[in-house]
Amino acid sequence: MANVSLQQIGKSYGGSVAVEAFNLEIRDGEFLVLLGPSGCGKSTTLRMIAGLESITTGDLLIGDTRMNNVDPKNRGVAMVFQNYALYPHKTVSENMGMALKLQKMPKADIEERIAGVADMLGLTDYLERKPGSLSGGQRQRVAIGRAIVRTPEVFLFDEPLSNLDAKLRVKMRMELQELHDRLGVTSVYVTHDQVEAMTLADRIVIMDGGVIAQVGTPREVYDKPATEFVAGFIGSPAMNFMTMQLASDGSWSSTESTLVLPELPGFDTRGADTVRVGIRPEHMTILDASAVGDDPWVLPGKVMLAELLGADALLTLSVCGEIMTARVNGVGYPEQGQQLAVRLNPEQLHAFDRESKKALQV
Amino acid sequence: MNAFNTLERRTQFVGIGFVTPTFLVIALILVYPVVQSIVLSVGQSSVDGFEPYQFVGLEHYAALMEDDRFWRSLSVTLIFTAISIPLELMIGVGLALLMNESFHGKGLARLAVLFPWALPTALNALIWRWMYNADYGLFNAIGLESGLVSEPVNWLGDETLAMASMVIVSVWKTSSFMALIILAGLQSIPRDLYEAGRMDGMSRWQEFREITLPLLKGSIMVALIIRSMDALRTFELPFSLTDGGPDSATETLSLYAYKVIFEFVEFNAGSAIVVVQFAVIFSLSLLYIFTLRNKD
Repeated sequence: MANVSLQQIGKSYGGSVAVEAFNLEIRDGEFLVLLGPSGCGKSTTLRMIAGLESITTGDLLIGDTRMNNVDPKNRGVAMVFQNYALYPHKTVSENMGMALKLQKMPKADIEERIAGVADMLGLTDYLERKPGSLSGGQRQRVAIGRAIVRTPEVFLFDEPLSNLDAKLRVKMRMELQELHDRLGVTSVYVTHDQVEAMTLADRIVIMDGGVIAQVGTPREVYDKPATEFVAGFIGSPAMNFMTMQLASDGSWSSTESTLVLPELPGFDTRGADTVRVGIRPEHMTILDASAVGDDPWVLPGKVMLAELLGADALLTLSVCGEIMTARVNGVGYPEQGQQLAVRLNPEQLHAFDRESKKALQV
Repeated sequence: MNAFNTLERRTQFVGIGFVTPTFLVIALILVYPVVQSIVLSVGQSSVDGFEPYQFVGLEHYAALMEDDRFWRSLSVTLIFTAISIPLELMIGVGLALLMNESFHGKGLARLAVLFPWALPTALNALIWRWMYNADYGLFNAIGLESGLVSEPVNWLGDETLAMASMVIVSVWKTSSFMALIILAGLQSIPRDLYEAGRMDGMSRWQEFREITLPLLKGSIMVALIIRSMDALRTFELPFSLTDGGPDSATETLSLYAYKVIFEFVEFNAGSAIVVVQFAVIFSLSLLYIFTLRNKD
């Protein structure tokens, strides 16, 4: 086990920059998730740790050794690939044992290790099978087994669950979590799926356009998104955003609708007269239309669309002409076309600088 | 259940209906000539049709068994195939691996490699015949100028050298074909297998042995089948390079059959040679197919 340190790591292909000035200390035994949309540089970062991509600038340390120019096999890392990358002509056991065989480990030791890992992953009955005759979930287990057998310092996962169907994905996610609890090996996990990130991660690194947008625990990135991008990326359905302008009486009015909000609760707007205000669909309270009145945070609205998800329902609302999504209980929610009132909970508002997109501090 | 059966039967009829025309055409152009050759080989007939066809049984085959020139042409064909195919395969794999790398001018390189294969064999043979020429040829000019040889080498006049020369032309021409098929196979191997190999600690050679070669087996088999059938039927190459000489040292079965039929005008004896050749190629194909099937 080891900590991983990325210091000013950068990657560029010719003129185009894929990853820029990436600084991160991954703690020993931590489960770190790199999250972001496709093309944000998360896979490139992972592949630089693996040694499959060269590092253009900066230093990579695993343990306390600089690994920039070390062969992948000598970095003490093992990788689980998105498409499993199992050798199709070799048996499960041969797939799992390949690295050890190449290290010239005695055959009996290899077999013993494979047997142990196969037992842990429920693969014992499949050891002599070829990957082609296994199901997607079994193949994924073999790919994970191949990584475990090597007893690496660091596990690297490159979107390992994205080829599985939804049900299996949930199951494997739990297995991965169990496995990490049991082995306690430092893990770096790349995904574009925020549910995987939220459930698996000790800390999430959210990347956007080759740079880190935020590093934090799942709780932190959800509660205190550092940028508008993070705020919009984490949470489903996405946060509602409004562009608000300061009026002379201290209230804020939307530039796109007739929505007016009272003085924003304590945000340091640094004198800016236009900010982006965000609120999550789950932080809006639906009230009866008659509730509009005394409380300036209660606004009149109309249901444009109501969608039942099961436990929850999503309402697409027009609030003073501003289109917003609210998440409500799936039982007894208002119908399409109904007039109502919405309370935006002021303590759960977010505000972002219009230019820098950074969160404004309270 | 009943409705399902009717439906299934109807679908079957439609299917058969679609396949029948193709099947008939293939039967006409493929099966008919084979049957006709066999019929000719067990009878006696004349070109002008003056004498009626007469069944003579295996007479022509018996004669073939006694015919030294037939045995020689059979062994020439087999030796030619056995030497040129492995060479083509090795060079083809090498070329394919090179073409699969990314480098500047890759498209041009691929085109250049395919060039020999695109040229008609007869033309190839003529070019090479000129280069092999004992008096004016390129090889002798180079050999003599550089002092490698003291007197001109009669490339196509010596029995062993003539065979070697023919093999060289064939390898030069068809390695690129092998390379093309193997390149297609190479490109179907997922890149992440090599990445997994690197993570596992494979060297370039181990990557080749543990990943590339096993996954190329299918393409190699296909290339081998096509090329060995070709080689066993080789006709244009000796026809235009050596005309089978010297002293039938490069006379392949096809060339011999051609001579028997069109020069000696012995249709029936020639057909017997063709049928034997067909049998050899057919059994080889069966062998390949069965080994392929057992591998899966």
